[in-house]
Amino acid sequence: MSAVFPACGSAVHAEWTKLRTLASTWWLLLAAVALTIVVGAAVGAAFQCQRFACAPAQTGADPAKISLAGVYLGQVIVALLAVLAVGGEYATGMIRVTLTAMPRRLILLAAKAAVVLGWALAAGVAAVLGSVLAGRLILPGRGLSAANGYALLSLGSGPDLRAACGSVLYLALIALLAFGIATAVRDAAVAIGVVLGLLYLFPIVAAVIPDHVLARHLEQIAPMNAGLYIQATVGVKSLPLTPWQGLGVLAAWAFGALALGALVLRFRDA
Amino acid sequence: MTTMTPYRSGMTGARDGFAQLLHAEWTKFRTVRGWMITLLVAVLAMVGLALLSAAGTTSSCEHAGGGPVRQGGGCAPTFPLGPGGEPVNDSFYVVHQPLAGDGSITARVTSLTGLVQPPNGSQGPGPGDTQPGVMPWGKAGVMIKENLTQGSAYAALMVTGAHGVRMQWNYTGDTPGLGGVVKATDPRWLRLTRSGDVITGYDSADGTHWTQVGSVTLAGLPRVAQAGLFGASPDQNNVTQNFGGTSQNGGGPTQATGVFDHVTLTGGSAAGPWAGRYIGAADASGIGSYHQAGGQFTVTGSGDIAPIAEGHGGPADAALTIHDYLLGTFAGLIALAVIAAMFMTAEYRRNLLRVTLAASPRRGRVLAAKAIVIGAVSFVTGLVGAAIAVGIGTAVTHSRGYWEFPISGPVEARVIIGTGLLTAVTAVLALAIGAMVRRSAAAVAIVVVTIVLPYFLAAVAILPLGAADWLLRITPAAGFAVQGAYPQYPQVTAIYSALSGYYPLSSLAGFAVLCAWTAAALAGAAYLLRRRDA
Repeated sequence: MSAVFPACGSAVHAEWTKLRTLASTWWLLLAAVALTIVVGAAVGAAFQCQRFACAPAQTGADPAKISLAGVYLGQVIVALLAVLAVGGEYATGMIRVTLTAMPRRLILLAAKAAVVLGWALAAGVAAVLGSVLAGRLILPGRGLSAANGYALLSLGSGPDLRAACGSVLYLALIALLAFGIATAVRDAAVAIGVVLGLLYLFPIVAAVIPDHVLARHLEQIAPMNAGLYIQATVGVKSLPLTPWQGLGVLAAWAFGALALGALVLRFRDA
Repeated sequence: MTTMTPYRSGMTGARDGFAQLLHAEWTKFRTVRGWMITLLVAVLAMVGLALLSAAGTTSSCEHAGGGPVRQGGGCAPTFPLGPGGEPVNDSFYVVHQPLAGDGSITARVTSLTGLVQPPNGSQGPGPGDTQPGVMPWGKAGVMIKENLTQGSAYAALMVTGAHGVRMQWNYTGDTPGLGGVVKATDPRWLRLTRSGDVITGYDSADGTHWTQVGSVTLAGLPRVAQAGLFGASPDQNNVTQNFGGTSQNGGGPTQATGVFDHVTLTGGSAAGPWAGRYIGAADASGIGSYHQAGGQFTVTGSGDIAPIAEGHGGPADAALTIHDYLLGTFAGLIALAVIAAMFMTAEYRRNLLRVTLAASPRRGRVLAAKAIVIGAVSFVTGLVGAAIAVGIGTAVTHSRGYWEFPISGPVEARVIIGTGLLTAVTAVLALAIGAMVRRSAAAVAIVVVTIVLPYFLAAVAILPLGAADWLLRITPAAGFAVQGAYPQYPQVTAIYSALSGYYPLSSLAGFAVLCAWTAAALAGAAYLLRRRDA
């Protein structure tokens, strides 16, 4: 048992080396950060309000949510890295070498998850800081200015800080969700299909179906809808869940997927 | 010395034909059990989500006995149907008298005023209070109508709040006449003449120089029709659409008042007395009146004479549509993109591609054969999924007594076939991207980001309308336009969003955009396949 912790450290180190030495890891990091910022900036630039109708009560606009809209795209890249981290090993057969070197499968899983999580947190922090900065620069020029009654986006304000930190956590949880599913299905393409289906189908179905009660329930259990309540700084009381409850729903999905992945890895031949 | 003839195989190249290549690719596809199961999953997802849409709907208006919800039932109103079979609004105030046989009605409009709701978000003096103003499509003018029941055929010539003189007929028809805003110093003369089934509209600024605005045939117009002066003003819908949602502030009924003089009715009937009447729902009494002083008529009306736009937040919100039944298309698309990408990338992973290319060295043909196989398979999957989804959705909706927005058979068929084509071309796109990036996960992510994400951002996350329209014009998501089933009417103000099945491009144009992207991806894939080592 005493060997667990050293094993843990070297497992993390080994996984980190594997991830670090792939060029795609860094390209994906760059893409995740850049695309998140660009989409957030574009959504902010597309914001419109007619003259005299820009007051918060009239537009219902949420500056934090607009600035952080890039997460809708950034999460795809984060999920892609997470599934490739597992799928790549199964595709090349590397997983057998890995398991020979590191027979404790659950520690291996934890080490891999920790490395992916660290990568996602790094990408998330950079992407969110960039998005908030872009929002501060762009939104006042689009009518969301102090003159119209909107506070400048600032990490010093409680709700904005919650939205920013929450978005980083959101991206990290998406990475864990994708990682868990990839471990369970063992194929990167199938895993990314399942993850993106989970993320995007719920909100589309909830928006289209005519039954509003059912739609609200769907939004409460949907990983993306519920998880992104954390970005809300306006109308928080009217949300189906509180922001942190929403992030909790996503966390439940992520750890559920991890548990499933752990079961499959533990009990199935690689 | 003997000459050695080198060995030559007696086999001919007959098996090098394209048909054999297709057959080989089809064999590769059909023998992977997971892929065939995925096809089944795609169909089941489409059907399942249609069921969720139709059967999961438990509106508060459902009767205890589950019987049909009829007009007055509270939440699923039935609308009168126009001559073309489309649901229409037909509520207005009319001052009328019979017109027997051929004849004409002429009037001069000197003013169009009205009452509107306070603008978005601002508070009126009290709840429900209105302020002076005219809706852009507030209207007053002359009309010849089959009879006074809602949904009957008509032709009308009118002045409008912001769209000048218009001739409109049978709810969907609309053509412009003179522009500008009517006022006492700049009146508009309007004339409708009837000759058999043909109604012709003329307008004039001075009563002497007339211009024909339009001429329409109202099939089956009875000998005795109704001619009159009318006023109508559509309900105001204060909706702001911005990222994160639509917000509605106030809104409600409005009024338009037209002042007419020089009213003349010529034709077979003796000039009888004028009678005023509100056409429309029985409970809407009091919205409309007329006042006659000498030769001057003041007609005030509320409501609209126009088709109803299907749409969330609109009057037909509770209606189920073919768009609701085809909700599962997104799930089907993602599933098919996964197998289409793998159909290509699996060859790289197992190094099967070297064998494939050794057997068929012309690389472009291999790509073509793969594209045809995956396209055909996906077309059939999408078509079958859509057909079952629409069939089951319709059946469930009818059996539960819910209201379905009417759709004609040919349009329904076009949407179902269009869905098959959409899935087919999307799968080919995924295959081509798979051939370019050689990583199936990356290919799937790219396809989802370019097809599902734009739809999501435009319709669900709700970008402002302008930005949303551009996303659905230039990205491969434009292909969803094949599912657009209902026409957009310029003369009806409504939320025409992709969420309700309205797309900025026509079905053909949207599909062409998707095909163009796919063709570009295929060209890129063919180029890279030739250039790169396998």
